[in-house]
Amino acid sequence: MAEAEESPGDPGTASPRPLFAGLSDISISQDIPVEGEITIPMRSRIREFDSSTLNESVRNTIMRDLKAVGKKFMHVLYPRKSNTLLRDWDLWGPLILCVTLAFTTYILQIFRMLQRDSADSEKDGGPQFAEVFVIVWFGAVTITLNSKLLGGNISFFQSLCVLGYCILPLTVAMLICRLVLLADPGPVNFMVRLFVVIVMFAWSIVASTAFLADSQPPNRRALAVYPVFLFYFVISWMILTFTPQ
Amino acid sequence: MASADELTFHEFEEATNLLADTPDAATTSRSDQLTPQGHVAVAVGSGGSYGAEDEVEEESDKAALLQEQQQQQQPGFWTFSYYQSFFDVDTSQVLDRIKGSLLPRPGHNFVRHHLRNRPDLYGPFWICATLAFVLAVTGNLTLVLAQRRDPSIHYSPQFHKVTVAGISIYCYAWLVPLALWGFLRWRKGVQERMGPYTFLETVCIYGYSLFVFIPMVLWLIPVPWLQWLFGALALGLSAAGLVFTLWPVVREDTRLVATVLLSVVVLLHALLAMGCKLYFFQSLPPENVAPPPQITSLPSNIALSPTLPQSLAPS
Repeated sequence: MAEAEESPGDPGTASPRPLFAGLSDISISQDIPVEGEITIPMRSRIREFDSSTLNESVRNTIMRDLKAVGKKFMHVLYPRKSNTLLRDWDLWGPLILCVTLAFTTYILQIFRMLQRDSADSEKDGGPQFAEVFVIVWFGAVTITLNSKLLGGNISFFQSLCVLGYCILPLTVAMLICRLVLLADPGPVNFMVRLFVVIVMFAWSIVASTAFLADSQPPNRRALAVYPVFLFYFVISWMILTFTPQ
Repeated sequence: MASADELTFHEFEEATNLLADTPDAATTSRSDQLTPQGHVAVAVGSGGSYGAEDEVEEESDKAALLQEQQQQQQPGFWTFSYYQSFFDVDTSQVLDRIKGSLLPRPGHNFVRHHLRNRPDLYGPFWICATLAFVLAVTGNLTLVLAQRRDPSIHYSPQFHKVTVAGISIYCYAWLVPLALWGFLRWRKGVQERMGPYTFLETVCIYGYSLFVFIPMVLWLIPVPWLQWLFGALALGLSAAGLVFTLWPVVREDTRLVATVLLSVVVLLHALLAMGCKLYFFQSLPPENVAPPPQITSLPSNIALSPTLPQSLAPS
């Protein structure tokens, strides 16, 4: 779980930092480019007692993680310039969202196959579960590598965390599209879905650039933001065109 | 006499560097003047002591020589900062390179004028990614528009077009420059003239020349002569860019090799354009669908499979 305390034997981040360090303090170590600063404010002193988290009940552990994930969802839905997503990064949220997205695609595909029930054994052309999964994760990894190579001072997993969490508006758009499709199909139906997807796409872009844009020098910001735009565009296109007609 | 030989060798270095830096330097008369001197200088200079070369390298502060020294000190290819050196570009530089590829001019060598011997990997990689996704998206849009016009066509979303587009574009943009670079290096071994481009510069040339195909979303307009016009325009622009960039390198080779090489380059580019148009933008009824496998990198079984299911019942 990513909320662990920073490992003591880490040579790259051994220097002490103030608790509410600004974004510029979260820098990559040249030796170990995938490390990140993983501290939780107001807890680093309490965590010196290792047994405190070992002895707590399972319910406490799960609720704490769920609350952290929920808090980050709120940060994505109302994007402000805050460091919470970057400071306490975790990959649970992106995993939940990606599995939801891929699983909904899978369920839709099953429905389509059941609906048709004809001799038409042509493989349905929509995205498979694996395709959605691969696009989301490999897209996020590629964008993170791109941003690191351009010289950004954000860590690998922090960037993955931000990109994954900002898929939340698009997941909401997919569920809304599915609900809208329960009504009778037609051009109005399509217009509504198009509008919803466009709004959520813009929301994702705004949310992710609010977190990621500060990590790049100003003369390369557009170079780092464009792949994010392409990534969310592809996901929006998948959501819009691959829900059944 | 030794000092005169050193001076002659030094001027040859400076002259070729100036020739490389100035954009309008493709004047054959100047290089012809230098060639006999250059030959003599090289023959004498290489026979002389190596102290002359060291002195020249220490004195010369031209960008090409400095860069060679820098490249010798570059970290190994297993470190992260090695790859970071290929992404050392700013937004304005990338935009300038894209503009340079869109508007090729005969005197402007893309590599010398726009890349300035600092190739990057950002442009080729993301232009190929954008092109692959644009092709897939517009391919599906073509089917949707065709269904609007002709309700008997059953539209089902084609997600495998993303995979096909990605593989074919990336194979073209990386394997063809590899082959071209290898061929040019082999010819350089025969000719020993002006150095060919490095592998990354060749990849950059091809990557940026593919940018002109991205606005080919205009192929959606279902007017055939307009489609062919756009296609010819795009192909002309990018092929012209390639030819103008490769011409200074193959010019010194034999005429036969030069013409064959340039025509093969243009032919491959034309095959790519034709293949993309036929595979992604076809709006023919399903019975006639069987695009010929024209792209060498496209797997032939994917190209031959019908892309539209032949269901007659409207969904």
